Amino acid sequence: MEFLVASAIGVMTAAGIYLVLRTRTFPVVIGLSLLTYATNLFLFATGRLAINQPPVISADAAAYIDPLPQALVLTAIVISFGMTAVVVVMALRAYLETGNDHVDLPGDASPEASDDDWKQRGRKQTAGPGAKKGGVRA
Amino acid sequence: MNHVLILPILVPAVVGALLVMAARYDRVLARVFSVTSMVAMVAIALGLFVIASDGSVRTYALGAWPAPFGIVLALDRLSALMLLLGAVLGLGVLLYAINGWDLRGKHFHPLYQFQLMGINGAFLTGDFFNLFVFFEILLIASYGLMVHGGGGLRVKAGVQYVVTNLVGSSVFLIAVGMIYSVTGTLNMADLALKVPQVPAADQALLQTGAVLLLLVFAVKAALVPVHFWLPGTYANAPGPVAALFAIMTKVGAYSIIRLYVLAFGAEAGAAAWLAAPWLLPAALVTLVLGMIGVLAARSLGQMASFAVIGSMGLLLSTVAVFTEQATAAALYYLIHSTLAAGTLFLIADLVAERRGLLRDRLVPAARIAQGGLIATLFFVAAIAITGMPPLSGFVGKLLVLDAVRASTHATWMWSLILATSLIAIVGFSRGGSLLFWKPHALPPGPVAAHRADALPFVAVGGLLACLALLTVFAGPVHAWLELAAAQLYAPAGYIEAVLGTAGGLR
Repeated sequence: MEFLVASAIGVMTAAGIYLVLRTRTFPVVIGLSLLTYATNLFLFATGRLAINQPPVISADAAAYIDPLPQALVLTAIVISFGMTAVVVVMALRAYLETGNDHVDLPGDASPEASDDDWKQRGRKQTAGPGAKKGGVRA
Repeated sequence: MNHVLILPILVPAVVGALLVMAARYDRVLARVFSVTSMVAMVAIALGLFVIASDGSVRTYALGAWPAPFGIVLALDRLSALMLLLGAVLGLGVLLYAINGWDLRGKHFHPLYQFQLMGINGAFLTGDFFNLFVFFEILLIASYGLMVHGGGGLRVKAGVQYVVTNLVGSSVFLIAVGMIYSVTGTLNMADLALKVPQVPAADQALLQTGAVLLLLVFAVKAALVPVHFWLPGTYANAPGPVAALFAIMTKVGAYSIIRLYVLAFGAEAGAAAWLAAPWLLPAALVTLVLGMIGVLAARSLGQMASFAVIGSMGLLLSTVAVFTEQATAAALYYLIHSTLAAGTLFLIADLVAERRGLLRDRLVPAARIAQGGLIATLFFVAAIAITGMPPLSGFVGKLLVLDAVRASTHATWMWSLILATSLIAIVGFSRGGSLLFWKPHALPPGPVAAHRADALPFVAVGGLLACLALLTVFAGPVHAWLELAAAQLYAPAGYIEAVLGTAGGLR
């Protein structure tokens, strides 16, 4: 069980870090979620892994598992859930306002971002015929 | 039980909720609520400051659960000082913001209240999981404030800010989990007792956890190599919000001072002074990088952001010496740099408001309305932040230089602090000349009219007046800070106050 939990945490963290480092917001959001899952699992494991042990006092218990990490995980889950919602909304807003879903700021030498910019592309497409019309009129 | 201890958290929490529910559509009511609450917070912080000045540590057990089982708030000199500083900066910035900034988006006032609630909570709590919760509260509010007013660039910078801090929060939780798994406690005072008893086999886990925690606080304090989020965030945030954020980096510095002196200090056995070898080089690099950034900045907001990074470097390199004298000097510099950076962001906003599309970019353009007054304010703020006489920056640097003289790294610190001061002076002279002098060399054109409201100037002037007071009363302030540092370096009093006289329920 230890190996399973440890490798699950490790793989999720690694995948999370890889995705967070991507250039677009969607993988970054997924990466953040994976990272928080790994964190929650890790926090849960800090109470030591045990099976069939009650966290609160019961009459017929031989041993107890530490209840505190479970409370911490609960708090962490709620906070990370709220945070994911916030980051999704902000990423959507940034996409709608700037026309592309790249994480880097414009001016950070991100030519791909301006290639993907649907606002600029739309402007280019409308600018094409417009320029032709101007030529005809001239 | 001293109920006044929880007021700095309760007042903004209640007023924030009231603002959301009752004063949503009434801007006058919202402003009245917000300013009243802020004035109340300053009054409470002053009261707590006076209470804490007698040198004893006061605690407040939430729900009357005894520490270390329940969450406890603790007030000592350092907490009281930080509360007062936060409240004064908050009031100044709010006075600036209610002149129109607060109407450029929704919910400015409730977010502002919740931001202060998080900051006050972080300064008061004596439990490091609770510290995580208050960090999250102040961060959630700051995400909202950061994108206040909207705009593509600002929202995009906001996404970066959120992502950086979410990763930081994950690391925080991992670090807390590691420390908890070894010591079995989340209470800072209890941790201080448990750390020396950790067996050698668990030292690796404990120290990894502690260093990870240092990394999280370094993210908050914008220390190299995790400083990269700050210039983009602060320079793109609304002016008043960036000014309030000046206290946020200090939350990171406060946490480092609190935890690494209390729990990983002289008594910590194998983990004694754990933070020092990591903190000092990182802070010195931060100092250099920040001040070079000042030289390279393309806008006044960016310049102020890099000045914040540089001042955090100076502050934390002094903290990293970990002596009473150095900490007292660092605290003096902390007060100064918070107020000076906040003022500078407000001045950058004054300039940006008057230059149309050019905003606060460092290019000469037509003269601006009220240019003389703004130039004077900038001049004073620049003198303060670069550390030239006669203002408090000079006194602060002098105290720092004097305090680190006995350190083994004194040569490095002296040469870097003095060299970077020169770089900062050059950088700010360049910025000031481009913005305020060059326009006079251009052919005089029509000066765009701008409302000459008194309130923003009162706010900026008030913060500068605080800096002047800090300079005039440098002696008494420093004497008080020395007592605060002495209290920090004698953690027995704090531990006894939190855990009860007989060492608590261990």
